[in-house]
Amino acid sequence: MNTLSWTPFALSLKLALVTTLILFCLAIPIAWWLSTTKTRMKPFVEALVSLPIVLPPSVLGFYILWALSPNSPIGSFFEEYLDTKLVFNFTGLVIASCLYSFPFMVQPLQSGFESLGKSMIEASYVAGKTALQTLVRVALPNIKPSIMTAVIITFAHTVGEFGVVLMVGGSIPEETKVASVAIYEMVETMDYGTAHIYSAIMIGVSFIVLLGVYLFNRKYRRNMGIA
Amino acid sequence: MLSIDISKTLAGSDKNFDLSVSIELKKREFVALSGESGSGKTTLLRILAGLESADGEIVANGIKWLSPGYSMPPRERNIGFVFQDYALFENMSVLKNLLFVNNDIKLAYRLLEMTSMSDLSGRSPSTLSGGQKQRVALCRAFMGRPKLLLMDEPLSALDPATRSRLQHDILNLHDEFATTTVMVSHDPGEIYKLADRVLKIDHGRIVNDSRPLEHFLHTSGSQKFSFRGELLDIIKRDVVYIGIVAIGQQIVEIVLDSNEASTLSVGDTVIVGAKAFAPEIFSKDSR
Repeated sequence: MNTLSWTPFALSLKLALVTTLILFCLAIPIAWWLSTTKTRMKPFVEALVSLPIVLPPSVLGFYILWALSPNSPIGSFFEEYLDTKLVFNFTGLVIASCLYSFPFMVQPLQSGFESLGKSMIEASYVAGKTALQTLVRVALPNIKPSIMTAVIITFAHTVGEFGVVLMVGGSIPEETKVASVAIYEMVETMDYGTAHIYSAIMIGVSFIVLLGVYLFNRKYRRNMGIA
Repeated sequence: MLSIDISKTLAGSDKNFDLSVSIELKKREFVALSGESGSGKTTLLRILAGLESADGEIVANGIKWLSPGYSMPPRERNIGFVFQDYALFENMSVLKNLLFVNNDIKLAYRLLEMTSMSDLSGRSPSTLSGGQKQRVALCRAFMGRPKLLLMDEPLSALDPATRSRLQHDILNLHDEFATTTVMVSHDPGEIYKLADRVLKIDHGRIVNDSRPLEHFLHTSGSQKFSFRGELLDIIKRDVVYIGIVAIGQQIVEIVLDSNEASTLSVGDTVIVGAKAFAPEIFSKDSR
């Protein structure tokens, strides 16, 4: 049994934190737009947003590799002008994770916004507020359980991803070797002891995170007199 | 004060119809909108608020709210809107709901005082009763000192005693703030108490524009009393027929002769009137 290294866990957490932060900022305007728009394009956008849920991670990973590799227009642009590589490093992992976890952030937020009374939003407009003021001061504070769910599920989903990360990041220690990839390698090298410890930690952390979400939501509903 | 000339195609239960309204509202007027559900009342209210689009023109005090290719956003119209479901901001206390509209704490306390809500200013909306919620919504609607107040069946979900209390509050606030008010309502008593003018809408058109008394008083000729009701049943009793008629919340028996009994049928809307009849009137509690 090798000495236990915490680096893969630290890397998983860092990746999940960065991804969650980026997606939170990106998903709010999109979820808000989806919940209020009347355009016929809505089902197309919704289908596009949800695509990562049904696609095999290998398909997503393959296209991300293809789009971001140094031979692609995007990859070569970043390499030439910004001196940044987009695959087989942490930046690549963040991009891949953001694409992969996108629906897990958008969907809870969207259904949260949709569950708000239409008249509450209209009351804010009539009160002289802009869409941005309404979003920040009325809509978001009234969908706290949805925000909590979106953030935690996105975070947990990113910690738990494997296929996309492996394809786009490989397994470079201290750069792209996150916990899930590390466990895969241990099993491959038949280091079952360490694999057990790592896996048990993953199960424990995941359970505690999910338990936290459900406890928070139950408390919130009780406080608001919903259930 | 407000000149309205708008049209919009609405989806009806069987086929589409046009909401087409052309009216002028005077300053400080209290207008009741009545009509069957689906006739376009709420849509008209929402068009005035800018919450729904329409063709045509709305001009308020010389300022265009709606013209071809332009619709002023609701937030710039300076209106008050009272929703049927109160639409309070659940994340804010009663006082914060008011201050959200306009950060004028003196005005907020004055409004809460006028509606006897001062003691509840720190409460969260979810802990209030329906009547209390609607009083908060009413106060909130006046926080911007609106020139135009729009109310969509504001009291329909409340019990009679609370309704009566709120009608009083509405009238007080309407007078105090010199607003022009448009209220959707079905209740003749409420309309009579509050409104100066009743507009009846049917299938998107205004079919009657009158004062409440003219609108609701259905007597004609020498009739002293006249009520509209629904014929529920015709029962033969000895040589006469008895018609059972529902008038408002009451059921009455009317004697019919055989000729009347044969021309009327159950389900008809009928008018029950009486001539040369000196009624006695009592307070409900004295009997």
